[in-house]
Amino acid sequence: MSDAAARYRAMLRIRRFEETILDKFPTGVFHGTTHTYIGQEANAVGILDHIREGDSVFSNHRCHGHFLAYGGDMRGLFAELMGKATGICGGRGGSQHIHWRRFYSNGVLGSAIPVATGMGLAGRLRGDDDIVVVFMGDGAMGEGVIYEALNMAALWRAPVLYVVENNRIAQTTPIALAMAGTIPGRFEGFGVPALAIASSDVDEISLAASKAIAEVRDGGTPQALVIDTNRFAPHSKGDDTRSQEAIEALWATSCPIEIHASRLDPNQREELAAEVAEEVSQAFAAALADPEPDVEVGAA
Amino acid sequence: MSTVLESLNAGLHGAMEANESVYILGEDVLDPYGGAFKVTRGLSTAYPDRVITTPVSEAGFVGVATGLALSGLRPVVEIMFGDFVTLITDQVINGLSKYGWMYGGALEIPLVIRTPMGGRRGYGPTHSQTLEKLFLGVPGLRVLAPSAFTDPGGLLRAAIDDPGPVLFVENKLQYQRRLDDPAFSALESRLQVQEGYATAATVGVAGAPRPQLTIAAYGDMAERAAEAQLKMAYELEIFSELVVLEQLDPLGPSGDLPRALADSLRQTGCLLTVEEGTHTHGWGAEVVARAVETSAQKLGIARVAAFDSPVPASRVLEASVLPDVDVIVGAAQKLVAALDG
Repeated sequence: MSDAAARYRAMLRIRRFEETILDKFPTGVFHGTTHTYIGQEANAVGILDHIREGDSVFSNHRCHGHFLAYGGDMRGLFAELMGKATGICGGRGGSQHIHWRRFYSNGVLGSAIPVATGMGLAGRLRGDDDIVVVFMGDGAMGEGVIYEALNMAALWRAPVLYVVENNRIAQTTPIALAMAGTIPGRFEGFGVPALAIASSDVDEISLAASKAIAEVRDGGTPQALVIDTNRFAPHSKGDDTRSQEAIEALWATSCPIEIHASRLDPNQREELAAEVAEEVSQAFAAALADPEPDVEVGAA
Repeated sequence: MSTVLESLNAGLHGAMEANESVYILGEDVLDPYGGAFKVTRGLSTAYPDRVITTPVSEAGFVGVATGLALSGLRPVVEIMFGDFVTLITDQVINGLSKYGWMYGGALEIPLVIRTPMGGRRGYGPTHSQTLEKLFLGVPGLRVLAPSAFTDPGGLLRAAIDDPGPVLFVENKLQYQRRLDDPAFSALESRLQVQEGYATAATVGVAGAPRPQLTIAAYGDMAERAAEAQLKMAYELEIFSELVVLEQLDPLGPSGDLPRALADSLRQTGCLLTVEEGTHTHGWGAEVVARAVETSAQKLGIARVAAFDSPVPASRVLEASVLPDVDVIVGAAQKLVAALDG
């Protein structure tokens, strides 16, 4: 499969997965909450294209897209959201707390940033050239521990790529009400170079990410990649306070899948769409049929 | 003839020598200073690449250490004053204590957070507290306190070998305590496993009659309780058994009392808990609750702890708030008298 087709397919897998979550949530098959990645798919796909075995990824509450782009199993993720025994974490973590291989996520904003920094530092102390990619949103930038971590990352040259997916809205609060200064300025203040890009084009994001990751890996230093992006769906589900017109305008101008679609011929798009629809529907059905976890009293 | 401080320092040296995955992180831990209370003295000279002095960023460097631990290293973090554990609560409660379990149970987080609690040095309300009770009952976190009656350095080394996270609660005044204190030569102690690798010491006055009272304590207050024990035996003919617990949480296997404590209580039917933290919702409350829940007999119960007050700086005011030997003796006397009456 060509790179263009692979990226299209990867974004479509995330899109259809998340749509299924939102579509099926009201039926009660999922337990808990969710934060969907619809509109931001190009970030995960464009960035995680460039990681390799040995690298680690730390994600946040909006982690499904990162996980699927990392190579995570779709049925396992559905099952985790359903709280099934076959979930990636056996139903302990749910939507926001998942781990597989070297992928981790934590739902507390900012909390994982020093942890990811320590993972990067561990690689440098061991003398390998593995790196860490850690995702955060603009909302997390309000958490002070991030700045403690950036200071140490720069001091100790931790090979970490700090990705800020700036969708300019934290739950319902627009960035103008919550952030003074700029996001790149926050990194540059600690001597961490920040590459800023406003794009929903997976190819542009991939190119920027490849540069930033090369700096991290070859230079052995922390870098930031700040992406102005758009969240089309609610923060969680049914909690969007934006106007319908505003959301429609985002769809019209910045859908990563639409932007990328022109690079594929229509037949191929249709084939990929059918293939992905089938995969998602099978993964969902399989997870639904999976068993509930065994209940251990005082599970430890 | 070594002190708790020397034992802890030797434990760190031994751990770093034995395992090159062991790293030290903390504020001002480099020689020649060697840490605010000198527990890390000599380590940066012996292992310059594995001792990392940090900015004043407790939450940040505990998070960094968690990342090291998730990557297979064995970090030992020093929080300069126990009071500053408030700054690391998110990293401990929403992070390192959960990562092993919530990610399916297979991950190891071999991380030790050491910190000195305690007052009696006039450091005032934010540098004198005993705050470990805030971290008791956090699933996935082991809370330990060394004692001069056991092996402080050995416990620290075992904590460093632990595949899970440990909060290791030291005490500022305890550091200068001698492991073979001649003041305690009349005491004899029996050691047994408390839970996991933690030890319980049952301490009594050699040759004394059958004890009437069980005292449960840990850390520096265990040593004060031993002083009280001697005073009671010689001056008041109140005979007691002191059970020193190294592990504050989990307290015992399967939610029970530690066996050493249960055994002693069966004999005495009378329990006095002793701690330096504030009285309300303290460690002693959990010990007492478990004792009552698991004991077949009716127990005499009392708790000694600090007043529910901030710790003042003034010597006389501080002494009025924190429990000392005389407070323990007074509480024991009252408890025993009530039972006799």
